[in-house]
Amino acid sequence: MTTRIFGSGIRRREDPRLITGGATFTDDVQLPGMAHAAILRSPHAHAKINSIDTAAASEAPGVVAVYTGADTDGVLNPIPCAWLPPDCDIKAVAHPAIAKDVVRYQGDAVAVVVAETRYQAEDALELINVDYEVLPSVVSPEAAMQPGAPQIHEDAPNNQAFHWIAAGGDTDAAFADADVIVKDTILQQRLIPNAMEPRSAVANWTRSMGELTLWSTSQNPHIVRFLGSLVTGIPEHKIRVIATEVGGGFGSKIPMYADEMITSFCSMQLNRPVKWTATRSEGFLATIHGRDHIEHVEMAATREGKITAIRTVVYAGMGAYLSTAGPGVPTILHGLIYSGPYDIGATRADIYGVFSNTTPVDAYRGAGRPEATFLIERLIDLLAVELGTDPVELRRKNLIPKFEDGHDVASGITYDSGDYEPLLNMVLGHVDYQALRQEQARMRERGAYMGIGVTCYAEICGLGPSQVAGAVGFGGGLWESAIVRFHPTGKVNAYIGTAPHGQGEETTFAQILADELGVDVDDVGIIHGDTSNTPMGWGTYGSRTTVVGGAALALAARKVKEKARLLAAHLLEAAEADVEYEDGKFFVKGSPDQSKTIQEMATMANVAWNLPEGMEPGLEASAFYDPPNFVYPFGTHVAVVEVDKDNGNVVIKRYVAGDDCGPQINPMIVEGQIHGGVVQGWGQALWEGVVYDDNGQLLTGSMTDYALPRAHMFPDMEILSTVTPSPHNPLGVKGIGETGAIASTVTVYNAVIDALRPLGVTGIDMPLTPEKVWQAIRQGQGS
Amino acid sequence: MNIQVTVNGKAHEKEVDPRLLLVHFLRDDLGLTGTKIGCDTSQCGACVVKMDGKTVKSCTCLAVQAEGSEITTIEGVAPDGELDPVQEAFWDNHGLQCGYCTAGMIITAMELIEKNPDPSEEQVRQGLKGNICRCTGYQNIVKSVLAAAEAKRS
Amino acid sequence: MFATEFEYQKVSSVSEAIQLLSNNEGAKILAGGHSLIPLMKLRLAQPPLVIDIGGIDELKGISVENGTLRIGALTTHAEISESHVVQDAAGILWEAAYGIGDPQVRNRGTIGGNVAHADPASDLPTVLMVMDAKFTIQGRGGITSRGTRTVSADDFFTGSFETVLAENEILTAIELPVLAENQHAEYAKMAHPATSFAVVGAGIVVTVVNNVCTAARVAVGGLTPKPTRGPTVEAALIGKELTDENIAAATALIDGDLGTDILGDIFASAEYRRAMAAIELKHAIFHATGLAHH
Repeated sequence: MTTRIFGSGIRRREDPRLITGGATFTDDVQLPGMAHAAILRSPHAHAKINSIDTAAASEAPGVVAVYTGADTDGVLNPIPCAWLPPDCDIKAVAHPAIAKDVVRYQGDAVAVVVAETRYQAEDALELINVDYEVLPSVVSPEAAMQPGAPQIHEDAPNNQAFHWIAAGGDTDAAFADADVIVKDTILQQRLIPNAMEPRSAVANWTRSMGELTLWSTSQNPHIVRFLGSLVTGIPEHKIRVIATEVGGGFGSKIPMYADEMITSFCSMQLNRPVKWTATRSEGFLATIHGRDHIEHVEMAATREGKITAIRTVVYAGMGAYLSTAGPGVPTILHGLIYSGPYDIGATRADIYGVFSNTTPVDAYRGAGRPEATFLIERLIDLLAVELGTDPVELRRKNLIPKFEDGHDVASGITYDSGDYEPLLNMVLGHVDYQALRQEQARMRERGAYMGIGVTCYAEICGLGPSQVAGAVGFGGGLWESAIVRFHPTGKVNAYIGTAPHGQGEETTFAQILADELGVDVDDVGIIHGDTSNTPMGWGTYGSRTTVVGGAALALAARKVKEKARLLAAHLLEAAEADVEYEDGKFFVKGSPDQSKTIQEMATMANVAWNLPEGMEPGLEASAFYDPPNFVYPFGTHVAVVEVDKDNGNVVIKRYVAGDDCGPQINPMIVEGQIHGGVVQGWGQALWEGVVYDDNGQLLTGSMTDYALPRAHMFPDMEILSTVTPSPHNPLGVKGIGETGAIASTVTVYNAVIDALRPLGVTGIDMPLTPEKVWQAIRQGQGS
Repeated sequence: MNIQVTVNGKAHEKEVDPRLLLVHFLRDDLGLTGTKIGCDTSQCGACVVKMDGKTVKSCTCLAVQAEGSEITTIEGVAPDGELDPVQEAFWDNHGLQCGYCTAGMIITAMELIEKNPDPSEEQVRQGLKGNICRCTGYQNIVKSVLAAAEAKRS
Repeated sequence: MFATEFEYQKVSSVSEAIQLLSNNEGAKILAGGHSLIPLMKLRLAQPPLVIDIGGIDELKGISVENGTLRIGALTTHAEISESHVVQDAAGILWEAAYGIGDPQVRNRGTIGGNVAHADPASDLPTVLMVMDAKFTIQGRGGITSRGTRTVSADDFFTGSFETVLAENEILTAIELPVLAENQHAEYAKMAHPATSFAVVGAGIVVTVVNNVCTAARVAVGGLTPKPTRGPTVEAALIGKELTDENIAAATALIDGDLGTDILGDIFASAEYRRAMAAIELKHAIFHATGLAHH
């Protein structure tokens, strides 16, 4: 038996084109006769549009057309929200592609100019005269629900988009009986995802064929086709969406945006290709934001440190409109996972989705789970202080004991598998936790402030069971499919419905097939992103591609292998039961010299000269995989920080990430996902945060004000892992794309608070900028 | 205005507007789309190319400023397909995920190593200050640059 | 991202540039372009004419003569931070240039452009002030005058993005005294995480004889509209031994020298920056003198 390639850190198949500039991203697409669109966006957070005068713009050099909401109204249907959880009085407010009467956030589209060059389009934008009547605006989700706050949508009194409750166990009793209750108010500040590639769309409508080809920087081209057909009215089979190379998403490229519909509209009107590409600053306004919670949280416990309940009231900002998946993020993906890896008898999430005059909010790396992990771990650290116990021992005593196949938690979901304590021990041993505490004590004597944060997490991903999707109001399925096809020469292509954009599935899926089919990994090609040559799928997000897509792929491969085996039996003139498979070869049991390779079967199946009765030609199969449950990766992270008490500067000295995502197909790729997620989480803890002024003006409007993590700001991290397979997944795999971001924010946060506790600091709102830390120290010392 | 520029060894002569940015000239006029645009405040480094022997942000140069210059873009790093050690190192060490920042990273890394053939990890991290990546967390990029430096030394 | 339309003219001499400046209202000089072009892309600057002086060789070059370090205005930050001549003569400038922006900004940004732009968050104005630099300026007031004048760094900066340069004058060279053996100079800054610009930058030059400070120049920037000297701090240092206590006591006095116009933004308020001025000055002195500190 040759070495499995599953588990090998082989180089990626994606890289050759990316390291040589040979890949095509959406803005690289050039089509003959292509025109360029620029979108005029509201400078006001809330205003009536009294009139728009586009005459001067229409006359400007190079301008082909100018359209406003009056032109798209009735031609483009409103932009839909595709996740409307039931039983929460959700207000699916209308979201026009171009605002017509009212603008509701700075960035809301008001008009579009199409010109021969992008420069000319930009010039013409300045010539459009909009008569706005500015209205009062509100930015904070909690403030927006207060009486007297400006009303953003007629249909949503008090700006409440929904009120969703998930409760399990008796939280009232637990809190009434509690020996100890700790509370906090947590600001999960708004974040800007900032994938390095700005969003872009190229729409090519050909009137003679009634077909639209839309290149889109999308994480889910099939969803764009699906929803795009609803918005444009073009029949779905006449729309082709191509997610060519996509430069990162992190959730921000899940939504089907107005912008791509506007671009399509322009192309349809003009019967020529039209390209739209956001500038970075435009993206700050017009690409979804993440997080934006104000949370009132509390934890009940016994005096021995047994956690009995968690209860929250959360104001979750939705922004001015409901984004494609927005409502599902602070609800299903957040409120159901309040147990984390702990045995907690009762949990309750009271989530208010709230409209505000801000950019719409949707999934951003972790999507609901970083917020859940944060509040759990923050409360546990507060509990440890309250009880005077070590925060790690407090966690350990509450961990759910090992389980291999199912564990019900209070919220009603069932985790798949978990073995939390060994990973905790491995990480603690690796950092020598006791030695760290001793070093901390020594430094405190010198007046230096070192802090340690330890997080234990379990999260929910691998979206997901379609029945559950329907039950929770998701407007689509969450299964995946794959077609595995052998060509006559024995090479393989697989066609998948997910749309990786950096996660490496062209490599890892080839690895899966190499093992399943016994072929060389270089003889496999994974095709994705173009709806015209891939089967239906639901896209890449929620750490689902490998879990759900990889499973579909493996199942399709197994069908193909079985067909090849039956053909081999026929050609070997042996009974089907007597033919075995190993490493790409089929042989008669007991006579290994009588064998056929799978490549030979590919040829024979394709030429079809000699097939058994009833067997169709070709060697391919498709499989649809609908997971029976989500998957629940878990881990322990540790952060060591030093805080300069004079200027409040926080330095990350050491970071260890221990994670369990089940079997790892490509450890190098797994580590890369963890690196990226952890650093994004650090970004939230220390540097990032959207700031709006009281008039809804975005003050952090570019990278000069919104500090992204850069290489010089921190050291290497260390990666550890254990392997606990998921019992229900055909490959045993769990997701790993978001765990880094889910765990790292609170780990660093808790480390900083741990460092500053002797100075009287008990909490600070993120991001922990030097000034905020400095102010907290001053307040803590009573000055 | 008429400009004459040599890009990846090939001479070009074009009529351009003074306000045309070099990055747009490379991408749209010459079709060299390997160089990317990632921001509009001259910070992200996705647009980095080599001009007259130095790395520059091509989004912060006018095409007219490139008159008479020699430019190398990512497409010109391995014109015959034989990868530069830096490219090879990025491939070996998973120094990229989505690939959008990669052209700028590679051009920057090449200059970094040229100026400092045996950089420390800290020097590499400082040297990548002008290149933002959102996918990798930089760790494997730093690893790639150190590996490339070592490969070039031996 | 897209500048408005403008005329572009590349010139080969300073006088040609001055002529064009004199005859074209609103025209702007283009050197490295890393202050001007970003502003033009955001349409915050819309000059009708851009005069490219990047090719004027007489504006380049680094040399030392008679105890004076002379740097041509078109010298890039990269050239300065890679110059052994600058490293030996004025290490504070050599190091400060390396802390600017990033490698690509340094490859194009020039000392002359940086100084003429006078962004309060820039490092070089503070460094050049503390080093008592002199700026050579060509062209004077009036449209026909072709004189040259020299202005000290103390007098050159008049406000936020404001200098004594007239509309048709060009900074051609910067000169600063070579540091003596017994002089220690350092620039410390708290950098904005997004841009590396100075939130607070503090420069110090001290002359130390037999452990006693005999001369001191102190300047801070980043938090004030223009770089600001710290005469009270200087007076408190002179004649004293550079002990921890003396340094702490002296640097605390910077607060009185700062004035009331303190800049602040969403990252760092004026209150915070004010408090950090003394901290950064302390950092600068400790590093300059090689003293250990906690």
